[in-house]
Amino acid sequence: MAKVGDMTMISLKIGRFLLPIVVLAGLAGCSIEPWVKPYERDRLADPIMALDGDPVSTSYIQHVYEAREGARGAEGAAGGGCGCN
Amino acid sequence: MTLRHGITIFTLLLALPGAVLAGVLPEDRGDALYHHYTGGGVDINGPSVLIRKKAGKSLSFVGNWYVDHVSSASIDVITTASPYTEERTQWSLGMDYLRGNTTMRVNYVSSEESDFDAKTYAFSVSEDMFGDLTTLTLSYAFGEDVVGRSDDPTFARDNTRQHYAVSLTQILTRNMIATLNFETITDEGFLNNPYRSVRYADPGSAVGYSFEPEVYPATRTSNAVGLRARYFLPYRAAIEGEYRFFTDTWDIDGHTLSLTYVHPWGPFTFEGKVRYHDQTGASFFSDLFPRSEATNFRGRDKELSPLQSYTFRGKVSYEFIDTNKGWGMFKRGTLNFSLDHLIVNYDEFRDISQGFPVGEEPLYELKANVYQIFVSFWY
Repeated sequence: MAKVGDMTMISLKIGRFLLPIVVLAGLAGCSIEPWVKPYERDRLADPIMALDGDPVSTSYIQHVYEAREGARGAEGAAGGGCGCN
Repeated sequence: MTLRHGITIFTLLLALPGAVLAGVLPEDRGDALYHHYTGGGVDINGPSVLIRKKAGKSLSFVGNWYVDHVSSASIDVITTASPYTEERTQWSLGMDYLRGNTTMRVNYVSSEESDFDAKTYAFSVSEDMFGDLTTLTLSYAFGEDVVGRSDDPTFARDNTRQHYAVSLTQILTRNMIATLNFETITDEGFLNNPYRSVRYADPGSAVGYSFEPEVYPATRTSNAVGLRARYFLPYRAAIEGEYRFFTDTWDIDGHTLSLTYVHPWGPFTFEGKVRYHDQTGASFFSDLFPRSEATNFRGRDKELSPLQSYTFRGKVSYEFIDTNKGWGMFKRGTLNFSLDHLIVNYDEFRDISQGFPVGEEPLYELKANVYQIFVSFWY
């Protein structure tokens, strides 16, 4: 397919973007002072701020989108986490 | 074979982590959901049940059982085949293991129907960093499918899928959290629907066209990058925006935007969402090929057409077990109802069920409603 080269380039570009983040995280993760203290995360811990409060429902509606459109991935429930619990 | 295009990805979605809380195991909870999709001549309904339970301080197990009862007389079916009914059953088992700030997850998903089996194996690792302000998740999943035909017991074709995902979640302020996701999915094998046909101009036919089987490329690789941000408003409500860019080796490029507003009121929580998706078509898609076997690859799956889709969602939740009081073994309980109204406008896929001259048929438009009612318990 003609776009394989383009896709490889996109992957490399994103990889170049993500690599420094991973390296920085590994090197400096323990020494950075959190700018939002644990006692300041009450609003983030509110159920209305949950990135995926209803995983069964989210998975189902993502299934509908995947079935009705040509695109897939990187939407909805992936990721999350704030150490609020 | 139901909505096959989405099922393999659905199993991947289930296999990969949801809202990962690295450093904290997911809460114990149970969900029982009934779903009903109706529109475009297709009716799909069934249950989905999820149970999650910790075992000690380091382990959490999760199981999900999901069923689709399908009755289909879609535009594809009524123009090239016969209406059908069938059932798909899916189940999954997963385990989270917490060690320090690291959470590792394994998951297995199985989906079975009369002419299609899919199995997915997944592994992910999440790490909390920067005083738990940042969560980095790396995921991998491997899937294998067997495609059959209900009218030919000897027909069996294999697919394999590999899925790579990186997710970075960041607390930006005490009111805002954002997630950046990148996902690459590769498919190899028999990727088309063995029942679907393409249409080609045929002067020898009374209607001016005939049908022949689809032929898809044997590989597909897609990349998608998405950014979400959720903000806590000053009067206890939340707003979320999301954007996703998608591109693949079939020449489909897509942009997806959504905006969500969440507003609690006493024991009720109301949610409204609008979502817009726009995509180009696959390079081998055509509604009407000029002749038989006009190209090496050919498809007429309407999801591969250039299209725009719009979703309007309303949802209401009622908290019948208050978080602050609990009830017996339960810490919290909610009853939820949602309705999603979906409109899809196809730029090249035509409705050939109405007898217009060849190539002058009106473009097809899909309207569907998706109902969900579910109860959730935290314990």
